[in-house]
Amino acid sequence: MTAAGDRLGPTLFERSRPGRGGGKIPHPPKEALARIPADRLRAKGPRLPEISEPELARHYVHLSGLNYSVDTGFYPLGSCTMKYNPKIDEWAARLPGFASLHPLAPDELAQGTLQLLWELEQALAEIGGMKAVTLQPAAGAQGELTGILMVRAYHHSRGDVERTEVLVPDSAHGTNPATASMAGFSTVTIPSAPDGGVDIAAFTAALGPHTAAVMITNPSTLGLFESRLCELLEAVHAVGALAYMDGANLNAIMGRFKPGEAGFDVMHFNVHKTFGTPHGGGGPGAGPVGVGEKLMPFLPSPRVLRESDGKFRMERTGERPQSIGRMRAFAGNSGVLVRAYAYIRAHGADGLREVSDDAVLAANYLKTRLAGILDVPFERHCMHEFVASAATLKSETGIRTLDVAKRLIDYGFHPPTIYFPLTVEEALLIEPTETETLETLDAFVEALRRIVAEAHDDPELLHSAPHETPVRRLDETMAARQPNLKWRAMTGSQTPCPD
Amino acid sequence: MAYGPHTSEDRASMLAAIGVASVDDLFADIPPSLRASGLELPEPESEVDLSDRLRTLSDRNRVDLVSFLGAGAYRHFVPAVVDQLLLRGEFYTAYTPYQPEISQGTLQTIYEYQSLLAELTGLDVVSASHYDGATATAEAALMACRATRRQRILISRGVHPHYRQTVCTYFGGASLEADEIPLVAEGPAAGTTDLAALERMLADGDRPVAGVVVANPSFLGLLEPMAEIGRVAHAAGALFVSVVEPVSLAVLASPGEYGADIAAGEGQSLGIPLSFGGPYLGILACRDALVRQIPGRLIGMTTDVDGRRAFVMTLRAREQDIRREKASSNICTNQALCALAAAVYLASIGPHGLRDVAALGAARAAQLERALTEAGAPRLHSGPYLNEFAVRVPNAAEVHRRLLDRGVLAGLPLARLEPADPTLADALLVCATEVTKPAEIALFGRALGDEIERGRQLSLESPGVGWPAGSSGRQAGEVAP
Repeated sequence: MTAAGDRLGPTLFERSRPGRGGGKIPHPPKEALARIPADRLRAKGPRLPEISEPELARHYVHLSGLNYSVDTGFYPLGSCTMKYNPKIDEWAARLPGFASLHPLAPDELAQGTLQLLWELEQALAEIGGMKAVTLQPAAGAQGELTGILMVRAYHHSRGDVERTEVLVPDSAHGTNPATASMAGFSTVTIPSAPDGGVDIAAFTAALGPHTAAVMITNPSTLGLFESRLCELLEAVHAVGALAYMDGANLNAIMGRFKPGEAGFDVMHFNVHKTFGTPHGGGGPGAGPVGVGEKLMPFLPSPRVLRESDGKFRMERTGERPQSIGRMRAFAGNSGVLVRAYAYIRAHGADGLREVSDDAVLAANYLKTRLAGILDVPFERHCMHEFVASAATLKSETGIRTLDVAKRLIDYGFHPPTIYFPLTVEEALLIEPTETETLETLDAFVEALRRIVAEAHDDPELLHSAPHETPVRRLDETMAARQPNLKWRAMTGSQTPCPD
Repeated sequence: MAYGPHTSEDRASMLAAIGVASVDDLFADIPPSLRASGLELPEPESEVDLSDRLRTLSDRNRVDLVSFLGAGAYRHFVPAVVDQLLLRGEFYTAYTPYQPEISQGTLQTIYEYQSLLAELTGLDVVSASHYDGATATAEAALMACRATRRQRILISRGVHPHYRQTVCTYFGGASLEADEIPLVAEGPAAGTTDLAALERMLADGDRPVAGVVVANPSFLGLLEPMAEIGRVAHAAGALFVSVVEPVSLAVLASPGEYGADIAAGEGQSLGIPLSFGGPYLGILACRDALVRQIPGRLIGMTTDVDGRRAFVMTLRAREQDIRREKASSNICTNQALCALAAAVYLASIGPHGLRDVAALGAARAAQLERALTEAGAPRLHSGPYLNEFAVRVPNAAEVHRRLLDRGVLAGLPLARLEPADPTLADALLVCATEVTKPAEIALFGRALGDEIERGRQLSLESPGVGWPAGSSGRQAGEVAP
């Protein structure tokens, strides 16, 4: 047993013993490196752990057991769309033809993947009502950057270089303002209207000849459809700015609303949210971007093209001079895109619409059932997620959202997103997704009902939650004040607790 | 629906609880004028049909050729244990470890990844991952600008062209300057970063340099004089950014050893499949002093309220969800599962295994060099390399295409990625790794020898007709007797 406790295991480094492991790689000839000048070689080999394969398997299987995941249980993490990740998609991405294909393989060797990527572009363009799609961005945030760089290139191509501002509502994901900064714009934050929607008057007042774009998350991060969208888009276009749609919440509206048709000029898709590709403990995802006519020339290069003979090819370097260029190496997160393609083919149009319908139905059901238990600040029907708040509970009992979230863990649930959006006090952003049974949703309601009762009867139980986890609340202050970001045992300095 | 659980009774009871007659009522907020015109997609497919379709598409790719293609993405042996462990749903269906009490698995694996990469790079701080080598390099260059408050970086033409293009895209947005350092044209140092040119560029007092970015091995496979470059960069007050290939770090001097401040690189070779370009693993590492400038998640060790060791995301004040427009980057989702793959890979082959991978690749590459020289394709440069190098081949693109018909993927015609560089017009970039077999090298050598000889015969028979530059070589082949 380690001093770390009986439920946490040792690190890889604590498991290491000189002489363990090996046997995977044939030995090279002794003189293999003799032709390389000694001063270019490493003075001292890297001190990597030495572990036998059985130990290694146990190490990771044990660690996996310390995680909560979608495969473990209900994960209503608002704004992240933690839906079930179909197993056939994992199988597909591992097919040798996909997994072993080199990214610089000549087009004639890559026809299967190129066809898949091209068809996926068409499908996403149809779902988003966009003219064209790039699959290159590696994640939603990189999709945002791609989109805003295209906006910049568009304005500059027209000699319109005075547009320095991007307007973002205060309920937006942090990636929106961070993206605007990376693309060289300043962010103007627009407060939301009291009903949670965009404040048209505030937007209109801020719009002007300096506005490059507005970034709108629709449905919003409050889970509400922006019902004043027509007015907003009209006002944006009237001043010559472009409209970006953050597609993080697309899971609510497939088949019901197409951003491109409504007038958005550019949007990104989070395939790891909407199209069921796994979140991977933080990634990888993929963030394809769809554009309307105006931005097509600026799409990143290379694109996948279909020739008149039905063959597919990658665009060549410099083929489309107005392109914003490359966002990354090679074509994109193709392995993730295979999964998204499989997901879309499994569903078809009716299936995707049903995904959204069921996601919205489940969210409204939970919202209705929770209305008497926690505050639900916005009464109108929500989309695929909704905001609840522990503000009243806090004033009555001193119990905060954080405590409620931690106690939910004891009941076997992953907590919702907490303290986001920033515009709602003591917020819990709850997104059940379409893949949870009614029984699970009811059990979640029951857990929250009991937790609220506990808050009144036995608040200490919540202050000290969670109780059943491998570790309890962490000292995050120490983690930040004295950062320990790598194992130092091998250098002989502070080793917290070896065997 | 394919994966939904709801029966019609479930739906009816949910609608009744909400108090609406149909799901349509829940979408009443969408203004009628904005409702979708329809959705046209191929019909849904059963899992039987879908698996057939996917297998057919996969089979349409050709991955059976003998391959010498690297150029930033490498074929390596991946022990079976790596993918078996990656298939644990507890890892791959979790998200960012926002709730550390139920995410210790992901948190500890990333902490271990950070530790392993810190050891390989010889640096102190490793981010939990970036998208790929190109974006990690761009973020490293941006870091250098933030840390020095200077606006200009110098990037060697020996850095992968895709990385240079990505830096250019990122820098265009931020209105920063990225200038390219030329390569030495001839002599023993040909193909490596031109130190004299670098010194001249650094001497421009009006445009101070934030960082100097050089890859080792370079895109052309060459070993760069990293220690000298670092000294020159530091003398000008610039940071030194090294672009690394992690397998090579088992044997080559590490960024920490030669004085780099930041290392960026592509981690694909650490147990991650080629998958036509991604998902890969962006490595980003730096010295302690730069910890508050590094973008992306960082996992730290701490204790819980009971004093037990535990891991948590830390130094979060750098990140977009806290700092918004003042964040060090907009990165949110990263490549955590790929970082896990890299950690399992490194732990499974161990220090000796990693050294053997690097050294065996070097040994096979030396064999490859001999075979190709014998075939009439000598190296383009003479400096030291590890396991990748460029060879001169007349009409490289055409020879490359013809070799495909003989089952050989003869590396990369360099003109494809560097069309504007005349010195690379007739060259192939080839690599060998531990999975390259001697028989494959022999096959490549024979086939290349045949093609070069064929081209020589053609140009002798009809000067100016055989192998005309820029025209289709298939025609040239057809006019041959």
